[in-house]
Amino acid sequence: MSSLAVTTVDLARIQFATTSLYHFLFVPLTLGLAPLVAVMQTLWYRGGDERWLRLTRFFGTLMLINFAIGVATGLVQEFQFGMNWSIYSEYVGDVFGAPLAIEGLAAFMLESTFLGLWIFGWDRLSRRVHLATVWLFALGSWASAFFIISANSWMQRPVGSKVTDGRAELTDVWELFSNRFGIWAYIHVLLVGLTTASVVIFGVACWHFVRGRNQELFRQAAKLALIVGVPISAVNLGIGSQMGVVVTDYQPMKIASTEAQWDTCQPCAFSLFQIGGFTEDDQTPSFSIQIPHLLSILATLSWDGEVKGMNGLQAADQSQYGAGDYIPPVRATYWSMRVMAYAGTLVFLVLALGAFLYRRGRLATTRWFLWLGVLTIPLPYAAALAGWVLSEVGRQPWIVWGLLKTVDANSPSVSTATIATSLGVFVALYVALLVVDFVLMRRYARVDPPELGGEGDEFSLPAVEY
Amino acid sequence: MDLETFWFCLIVVVWAMYFLLEGFDFGVGMLLPFVPRSGEERSTTLRTIGPVWDANEVWLVVAGGATFAAFPAWYATMFSGFYLALLLILFFLIVRVVSFEWRSKSESPRWRATWSWANTIGSFGAPLLWGIGLANLLGGVPIDSDGHYAGTFWDLFSPYTVVAGIAVVALFAFHGATFLTLRTIGDLHDRAERAALRLAIPAAALGAVYVVWTVAMAIDRNDKDLFPPALPAAVAIVALALAVVFILRGRNGRAFTMTGLGIVAAVATLFTSLYPRVMVSSPDFGNSLTVEGAASSHYALAVMSVVAVIFVPVVLLYQGWTYHVFRHRVGDDAVNS
Repeated sequence: MSSLAVTTVDLARIQFATTSLYHFLFVPLTLGLAPLVAVMQTLWYRGGDERWLRLTRFFGTLMLINFAIGVATGLVQEFQFGMNWSIYSEYVGDVFGAPLAIEGLAAFMLESTFLGLWIFGWDRLSRRVHLATVWLFALGSWASAFFIISANSWMQRPVGSKVTDGRAELTDVWELFSNRFGIWAYIHVLLVGLTTASVVIFGVACWHFVRGRNQELFRQAAKLALIVGVPISAVNLGIGSQMGVVVTDYQPMKIASTEAQWDTCQPCAFSLFQIGGFTEDDQTPSFSIQIPHLLSILATLSWDGEVKGMNGLQAADQSQYGAGDYIPPVRATYWSMRVMAYAGTLVFLVLALGAFLYRRGRLATTRWFLWLGVLTIPLPYAAALAGWVLSEVGRQPWIVWGLLKTVDANSPSVSTATIATSLGVFVALYVALLVVDFVLMRRYARVDPPELGGEGDEFSLPAVEY
Repeated sequence: MDLETFWFCLIVVVWAMYFLLEGFDFGVGMLLPFVPRSGEERSTTLRTIGPVWDANEVWLVVAGGATFAAFPAWYATMFSGFYLALLLILFFLIVRVVSFEWRSKSESPRWRATWSWANTIGSFGAPLLWGIGLANLLGGVPIDSDGHYAGTFWDLFSPYTVVAGIAVVALFAFHGATFLTLRTIGDLHDRAERAALRLAIPAAALGAVYVVWTVAMAIDRNDKDLFPPALPAAVAIVALALAVVFILRGRNGRAFTMTGLGIVAAVATLFTSLYPRVMVSSPDFGNSLTVEGAASSHYALAVMSVVAVIFVPVVLLYQGWTYHVFRHRVGDDAVNS
């Protein structure tokens, strides 16, 4: 039974969900733009085409505005494990702390140092070394994502560790970093980043086409975005689907909840849309659209595969872990999965249509499509956030799958009033930052890319200024 | 040395790096309303730390991560216990981080002034609270028998911890002013020099009070002898005294070396006074968290040690190289080319 009283754990959960999702608004664009800006700069370096230099600076500026807020909100992520989840921290630190510490020392340090060199090094470094700095920045951001995803994947599928004296201990670091769950999740996140950056570059280009400005320059940008975005967004639909297979292997309850599958089925139809069927008291939807066999294929890669239902899994979990509710919030997992999948598919379709129009030479003149390109920008964000909701809400009631429950993991010394205070501070601060960030991103996405200085003077213009 | 002690030392090194490096960029932020006289000069001032502040701050991320990984119980008790103080620190750091990037994004003087102030407020607030927070590790906070923090936000404030916070702010301001004298030219340079001169004696005096008081706390609250804590304390006092002498004689480069050494030695004084405990419990001294009791398993520490032994030198190399690349005075480009 749910009660109206909001508990300390609930508030801590809301705060973690809010701050994490907010942080992830900025992560994918950095992950994707870093290598793409590096590619632009490389194209300029190798071919001497100054249009690529102008694009490097144009999108580099957007990347930096975005990166600043990602850094600022990332600090919160690291601190609040200890602040709000001290029991969790003590329980998992031996295992979970290692990837976080390595991330800071080996990845984030690389990312931040070489970003500073890239921003301020235009006239201090040789072209070749300066090019290397942007690649090292990109490498740092990708390495950083690897360690964070490894840590999160251990919460989803704890491997390389054992529980001794009431806390988890690391037993095999290679197992931790080669977690099958983590490898697929990592690839998925990287491709989400590249897709997001492609959509942003493409959307910005579309806007400039609509205005009839900087056409030649943004044709190049659009081409790069399409070359990267079309195949990557297509492949990522497959990788996402493979994630479903991995989840089925390790977290059958999460899949059952995602599909609102109360009873075990074989073969299983995929529910595209349904009304009702989301609670234990109402297990049969009053309306649904289904595709036969599709869930069997997605979850098990076979035509007639079996997917276990929540009723049976709940009974099994109770006999294994004791009394309790082991079913995650079904409505949230069901719809977050569909928002993710539908938005991801739409992104691919828009980019594919864009590529078709581009090849026909009609991209810059098809105005309705250009507006569609601009309006597609929010879609990869919606997909990415929905994906995290699915992954994290779907893990409930566990904070570490099968080992520790979320309700047992928060800080005993932190009161409800204290968390309410911090939640209020974060929400107010984050809303203000989001407004400023949006205004700045919009302004700098709409300006004309700065012309280069006079002859031989292309270094005089810093990518950003203080 | 056992692995637990090795990791305690490593965390001290990471905090020392953080205070040494972010210390001067905090200091520059504090001086932003006072040393530069125009918007343009403020931009120049920020450019002196522009290429490096972000990487400097990563040392804090490493300190947090390393504490989490090597001493989970310490991380858990400290971070949940200092909850509101850390919330304020996060607030200060966040507004400061975005201020660097956003200030230049509009020509409007009001916009620029807003973000300059955001930077300054963050630059004062974060080190003040770090000083107070870290001093509490030694000063003692209520910890129950389960190792959980049992106090309130206000328990963090005592004469010792507040003096520690103010000393950290003063030292960083002095450190930052000295840094500015090395990175600026013309009027701005002269004003930075005057600021350093004015700050030198109060900062060095506060630093000396802080380390002496820390040693006294070690003896009084943490069952330590005069040695070894007196050793780094003496180094800190000598270094800060030399910094004053050098700044008075206009030897700014040497003065900066000495403010840096003074800050590192002050951090060392605190942690030497703390060892073998990581958080002193007061009034129930028996509930104090120890290096041994808070540490991770041997295997986890061994893995992390390999990573640290490989990456710390690599990081120091490329960060050092960054400082070499940006060694020129800002605003001096015309003279150089």
